[in-house]
Amino acid sequence: MKLWEMTRLIRSKNAGPFELTFDIIFKTTTGYEKVRDAKIISSRWVAKTYGVDEALVKVIEYPAANAIKVTIPRPIISGDILDSDVYGGQQHGPFVELEIH
Amino acid sequence: MKEVRVLSATGMLGSGFKEDTIRRAMALKPHFIGADSGSTDPGPHYLGSGDSMFSSAAYKRDLRLMLLAGRSAGIPVIVGSACTSGSDIHLERLLGIAREIAREEKLSFRLGAIHSEQNKDYLKDKLRDGKIRPLENAPHLDEDVIDRSTHIVGMAGAEPFIEALERGCDVIIAGRSSDTSIFAAVPVMHGINPASAWHAAKIMECGAACMVQRKYPDCNFAIVRDDHFIIDAPNPDFYCDPDSVASHNLYENASPFELIEPSGVLDTRQARYEAISDRAVRVSGSTFRKSDQYTIKLEGAELAGYQSIIIGTVRDPLILRQLDPWLTQLLITAKQRIEGIYGVGIEKQYRLDLRVIGQNATMGSMEPERTIGHEVGLLFQVTAQTQELATAIMKSVSHIAVHFPIPEWSGLITSIAYPYSPAEIQRGATYRFNMNHVVVPATPLEMFPIEYSEVRY
Repeated sequence: MKLWEMTRLIRSKNAGPFELTFDIIFKTTTGYEKVRDAKIISSRWVAKTYGVDEALVKVIEYPAANAIKVTIPRPIISGDILDSDVYGGQQHGPFVELEIH
Repeated sequence: MKEVRVLSATGMLGSGFKEDTIRRAMALKPHFIGADSGSTDPGPHYLGSGDSMFSSAAYKRDLRLMLLAGRSAGIPVIVGSACTSGSDIHLERLLGIAREIAREEKLSFRLGAIHSEQNKDYLKDKLRDGKIRPLENAPHLDEDVIDRSTHIVGMAGAEPFIEALERGCDVIIAGRSSDTSIFAAVPVMHGINPASAWHAAKIMECGAACMVQRKYPDCNFAIVRDDHFIIDAPNPDFYCDPDSVASHNLYENASPFELIEPSGVLDTRQARYEAISDRAVRVSGSTFRKSDQYTIKLEGAELAGYQSIIIGTVRDPLILRQLDPWLTQLLITAKQRIEGIYGVGIEKQYRLDLRVIGQNATMGSMEPERTIGHEVGLLFQVTAQTQELATAIMKSVSHIAVHFPIPEWSGLITSIAYPYSPAEIQRGATYRFNMNHVVVPATPLEMFPIEYSEVRY
């Protein structure tokens, strides 16, 4: 099963121009707890997939909304010459297709 | 029971709300009407240039309905982060619109204008005194960066709003402000528990964004009390539930648990979200820790250059199968031609960048998947110190790219499809955010002078 099938929303967005944040909001508490406990969304996976330093990846569990949040530094400041996504809204693709066993 | 009723007109002034919704919300007797008008979301162009995200006509439509409602009920109207970036140019634009509305509608009010644009000498003094410190992933800041900035704004806290309210303002229009301050000021001024006031403000500043489905931008309404607040959509078409309100804390925040404000930190770890009907939610349990030091966040932007771009597409399967080396060679050849025209040293005066749409144009260096399909888009981008130079260079790039050979074909080929004539598009000035820092001011008001005036028609 792909991660998206267990969620009601996966999105990416700037958290200000210098950070990028991902929200994975699950449909059910069971689904949230399964993925949380299996540590599938880990700072190691994010670092490897996105090519960022693992020490700078923050993974936050947010049970109030059955959600997992991931925040990373933006490699390029929003809107700078080489930036490709000013709002940071299309960076979540790899999460959508993450395989859940 | 002491309570403050909050009407948020919309998540962003200029994006709209329904006239019918504000009329319904006014029947609930709010203590004030607020709206945020700013964001760094659309990038550095707005702060850098002084431009706004929406047209003046769009701001005027929204502000007119707010002023009419506010004046007829005799309650304050508060708008923060004027016209996207809240520098003095943005503030003057919105003040002008407010005065125009007053004249057309024959309105009278005491107007408070809160300035958020920062004086460069003041900031340099603060920097020398060690009163400016970097936040997460901040770029280097020195006096040259301050001098290079076209505009620098501070994000006002609730205090300047409270000051203007205490001085009897009916309408407050502010430069850059923390989104939440706009909505926390009145409850905090009335002595409501700051935890409840700030958490409600965080939900209200986005208008109807905390609804289960925000079908279009619209108003939102909260009843804020000491130990809880209630969110109840004034639009009968919308509803919220505990999940939708709790989820809103995630939105565009690095952490859902902490919201850092100039005067302290809202902590929502212990917050409880309960449905009190099939459409309203009661929130309680957050805490607010006052900070030892009052801090103001800075935003600055500087000119990064002028750009000319070309958009083209490639469909030839033989080019696509050798796309990466073909493009590498194309860029080398283009740079050689430009050196041939302008001489050695020109490479320091421009940069030529390429985005391959269909490969990694969205995620850039973070893209783990780089296979391509049956066509790709190419976006060439030249950045130089003048528009003339950027465009002149792009004209040469354009010609080289459109006839760049591959070994399989003999004769002259036309290797890129250009949808436009001329192929090059002048983008004008491009800016860069250059600060992610906080200042420690001597007082919460010293960075935000307030101008008072009587508008009488």
